Amino acid sequence: MSLVTRSLTTIARPLAPAAQGRGFRLPRRLPILPLLIAGVITLPILLLAAELLTPKLDLWAELWSTVLPRMLGNTLLLMAGVGAGTLVIGTGLAWLVTAHQFPGRAFFDRALLLPLAMPAFIMGFVFMSLFDYAGPVQTAWRSLFGRSAPFPDIHAGGGAIIVMTLVLYPYVYMLARSAFREQASVTLEAARALGCGQTRAFWRIAIPMARPSLAAGAALALMEAMTDFATVRFFSFPTISEGVVRLWEGRMDRVAATELASLLMILALALLLVERQLRGRARYHQQGGKGRRPVRIALKGRRAWGAFAICALVLFAAFVLPVGQLILWAISEIDGHVPGTWETVYGQYVGNTFALAGIAAVLTVGVALLLAHSGRIWKSRLVSGLTRLSTMGYALPGSVIAAGVLLTIAPVDHQLNDWFGTGLLLTGSIVGLMYAYVVRFMAVAHKSVESSMDKVKPSMDEAARTLGARPLDILRRIQAPLVANGVLAALILVFVDAMKELPATLLLRPFGMDTLGIWAYMLAAESFWQAASIPALTIVAVGLIPVIILMRTGDRA
Amino acid sequence: MLTKTATHTLECAHLVKRYGAQTVLHGVDLHVRDGQIVALLGPSGCGKTTTLRLIAGFELPDEGRILIGGRVITDRDTAVPVEQRQVGMVFQEYALFPHLNIADNISFGLRGTAREKAARVAEMMSLVGLAGLEKRMPHELSGGQQQRVALARALAPQPHVLLLDEPFSNLDTALRAQVRSEVKAILREAGITCVLVTHDQEEALSLADEIAVMFDGQIAQKADAQTLYQRPATRAVATFVGEANFLPATADGDRADCALGTIPLQEASHGAVSLMLRPEQLRLTMDGEGAWAIVRWREFYGHDQRVGIVLDSGETLVARTDGSAHFVIDEMVRVRLDGSARAFPESAT
Amino acid sequence: MTLARWRFFLLVSGLIVVLVTAPAGAQNTPQVVNIYSARHYGAIEAAFTAFTEATGIEVRLSQGSAQSILERLRAEGDQTVADAIFTIDAGGLSLAAEEGLLQPVESEILDEAIPADLRDPENRWFAVSQRLRTIMYNPETVDPSELSTYAQLADPMWNDRLCLRPATHIYTISLVGGLIEELGEEAAEAIVAGWVANNPQYIDSDTRILETIAAGGCDVALTNHYYLATLLDQDPDFPVRLFWANQGEEESGVFRNVSGIGVTTAALNRDNAIKLIEWMATEGQAADVTGIPGGNYEYPVNPEAELNPIIETFGEFKIDPIPLNEYGRYQDMAVALLERTGYGF
Repeated sequence: MSLVTRSLTTIARPLAPAAQGRGFRLPRRLPILPLLIAGVITLPILLLAAELLTPKLDLWAELWSTVLPRMLGNTLLLMAGVGAGTLVIGTGLAWLVTAHQFPGRAFFDRALLLPLAMPAFIMGFVFMSLFDYAGPVQTAWRSLFGRSAPFPDIHAGGGAIIVMTLVLYPYVYMLARSAFREQASVTLEAARALGCGQTRAFWRIAIPMARPSLAAGAALALMEAMTDFATVRFFSFPTISEGVVRLWEGRMDRVAATELASLLMILALALLLVERQLRGRARYHQQGGKGRRPVRIALKGRRAWGAFAICALVLFAAFVLPVGQLILWAISEIDGHVPGTWETVYGQYVGNTFALAGIAAVLTVGVALLLAHSGRIWKSRLVSGLTRLSTMGYALPGSVIAAGVLLTIAPVDHQLNDWFGTGLLLTGSIVGLMYAYVVRFMAVAHKSVESSMDKVKPSMDEAARTLGARPLDILRRIQAPLVANGVLAALILVFVDAMKELPATLLLRPFGMDTLGIWAYMLAAESFWQAASIPALTIVAVGLIPVIILMRTGDRA
Repeated sequence: MLTKTATHTLECAHLVKRYGAQTVLHGVDLHVRDGQIVALLGPSGCGKTTTLRLIAGFELPDEGRILIGGRVITDRDTAVPVEQRQVGMVFQEYALFPHLNIADNISFGLRGTAREKAARVAEMMSLVGLAGLEKRMPHELSGGQQQRVALARALAPQPHVLLLDEPFSNLDTALRAQVRSEVKAILREAGITCVLVTHDQEEALSLADEIAVMFDGQIAQKADAQTLYQRPATRAVATFVGEANFLPATADGDRADCALGTIPLQEASHGAVSLMLRPEQLRLTMDGEGAWAIVRWREFYGHDQRVGIVLDSGETLVARTDGSAHFVIDEMVRVRLDGSARAFPESAT
Repeated sequence: MTLARWRFFLLVSGLIVVLVTAPAGAQNTPQVVNIYSARHYGAIEAAFTAFTEATGIEVRLSQGSAQSILERLRAEGDQTVADAIFTIDAGGLSLAAEEGLLQPVESEILDEAIPADLRDPENRWFAVSQRLRTIMYNPETVDPSELSTYAQLADPMWNDRLCLRPATHIYTISLVGGLIEELGEEAAEAIVAGWVANNPQYIDSDTRILETIAAGGCDVALTNHYYLATLLDQDPDFPVRLFWANQGEEESGVFRNVSGIGVTTAALNRDNAIKLIEWMATEGQAADVTGIPGGNYEYPVNPEAELNPIIETFGEFKIDPIPLNEYGRYQDMAVALLERTGYGF
């Protein structure tokens, strides 16, 4: 006993006098960690914004007199088309499956999320091959209706808009669906009791109430559309994003690329602002209430089959068709396989992709943990503002972030090289790319981590502190294990997003670090569709993991 | 067995805390002797929890200082971080770490070798009477057991002061009395300096050596239970601690005249006063001496009963008597006072 | 096991591992050659496998665009791991050579195998395969007598009948660069403006352009010859024909570009790199997948090499004699010209 008690008395040592000297006054202390994180994350964006203050006028004049008007017009047209398309398809389908009963409803309810697994550019090249002049659809069309039978020109932007709408409608669908579910029972029943028919209830109750969700969903879809450069390139519909990549990669004109990227950033921030306005004060996504499920209107006869056909058509076009085509290509590629071709690099590209996405996931989620942790410790408006700043990268196209990151690290690189002769230590390695991934995917990670951290009651932190745990101990011993699920979800989401990311990867990847996405894109750009199907299918397969989790857990966004 | 090496008095001097324009503590002074249990009792919003959080160090006062064992842990220039204060805390919702089993919860705050920790955990488990449940997870325990784990966890690192924040409010009423006496026994055995926050007077009266009653960010009175009950410092304290009747009277030295006749006072007073009469001081009889009153209502509890009466003068009083007497509503009874009354000078209101 | 013992155990086992593996590593320095390659897809892997089988030298590839290879080499300087760079464009190679990033190679084998116009005058790089960008047509709707030069495609007769690759692609830029080199900027601009006036379909894939001709979507187009060869290999009846442009007596010949390779100045495995180039210029000239030109249906650079039977059917032709190191000189001018004329992108 004596041994134990003696050691315990040393544990319970009296307050050391030193402790008084080291004591600090919380309010006077600056939240250094969140400041640092927010600073590092926003620096690329700020530097890019600073570029706007010193515009290279002759460059802009040249851009304006040549390619800029068309790119700007295309970008706006794409935004308008994809915005309208995803809103109509996403909202319509969500209303169909939440407020109606028809054959296959329960299946479609979840299956309609599947296109989330499909990066737009993969869908793009599959659709390109199927629907362009030489593709099977137009060929069949001509053989049915004659050589000169008119067929819409998929290069005029229509093709890109349709493809992106099909890939991106799930964002609207997902948020609209949960909004409809939450609002439904009481309000809609009240409306019906007041003699409001289903159609009027939709326009007068469901839509206005779901407006914040619809705005958020459409904004997410548009952010994705804005970051894309590959799909629009396949369809010869150059947007500003495409222009940034072309100037950078194709012509190595990083100055012009940066200028163009700053313009794109303005568009992205404008979109963010519009979304905030539309969302108003409402929270755009509340977790499923415990209220009664809405009574679904049972559709009968032709209407029931009509609903089935609409869902089936969208699911077929947006998922079954592209995946099916990819599988057919993959089979014929493997069948006619010439030894010594793709299988020699497949493993290497898979390794590169998984390494990059894995490191990105760990880094991003690590920073997100620190950020969420600081948010709890400090609970100040400053810190929550810093957090919001740190998570705005999701709204910015990958090419914009790449340009900003280069602006940030290139001077550091040159300085390091001058001092130590390190060469392209940062820009030539994965540092730049990881930086870009962290900026772009911080929001995804933070949201997931924070929502699980919210489940940890503040008193647990306090209990740990009274037991002698320092803030970082709390993070390690209490918060981290408790948020493990949220962290896992965040890791998966960032991993998959990084794997699907194309523009920043293309622009910043270290030399020789090709990924499955880059490989698929390069092959597809040369119409080596069969060969491209193998990396593309790999991406889709991994991309299905979070979608399946999403489908199982219901409506977690 | 627990060893104590130093005295750990707690001293709070003139604590002021403001949230923006609102001042929630108006200069709180609180002295807790080594090994003493003091309850902070008051209605919600009175500042008792804020006081506790200032002691713990979760928040810092705008003025005033806090000392433990004579050492400053908070004043204008010093703020020892929570984790260095060696202040244990039991939270209202226990705040057990759901991912750790009971033993790991208790050893969370311990330093030293694994063997030392295990020994201390075993010691604490037997102290709180939970030996054998080391490997259980928190959600597998009952509320009372969780409460004791929280206590053991807070006590394990031998804090200088233990803070308890509404520790019984999450328990069923039926369980409370039992858990309360268990906790009291544990605290006594630990011999620890202890501050308990509660809005439940019964809890405060039964657990604490001394009770500090707080209203509006100030301590109205700090005394042992009996003094508090019998000699409340203010009308507010009298009302909050136990049930009280008030009767206007005119005092003259150690006696006062009121609707019940002339009554002895605890302390001499003069002029218009308000007399505080505890319900059990009022004796109701069918015959004998005393002022006449009409029975208005009656609540029967078995071993005793509460009876509402109206005096001739129109004042309503509540009396508490044993359960044997039978009172009929709207009948007349006689009322007289047992013992002496406490007189509060009638304020302007 | 106590902590102290554990540490001891780790230390000892670590030492054993080091002692066992160190000499093994020292003895087996594998024969390798490290290449920065701008060739991304298929076709060359089989050839490198054949090289490794023949020589025991392993080929390690790092891939990236020609621009990023240059940038990388400049940044790495003496520290580079690259023994050779392999690009699909003579422009990049000459630029690297001019910047001193490549070293001259004296080799009798190479002198003999590669004609002088297919290598750097100072032997700092060597072309190993040739591709030609020429006219493709649908034989059902176009008579070869209607075709002659690149310039002739500006004739209004091809209105709504022409397929072109967008301005963004290097093939288009190089082709226009060739026109500028040959005819001057003004004449080149008139030709490109003529193409644009013909309302061409822009399709960003040579293969797809050929398939569009086959489907009847256009009648004439400009593509690289080997895309047609690839399609003819899959389907010998593929209904598109090749026409060699600029073959008239007054004309200079069809435009060419090459894939080439050069040894870096800082090469650590210089000998292996030279062996690889020598192999590429000889056995590597094979007309099947084991050859550099063969795998991709390109034309060999070694006059001794056999032609793949498919490209043999394309017949004889003359090549524009622009020196290879002039390639890329007019790229910026070509880009500006394309943007000015409103060429699609």
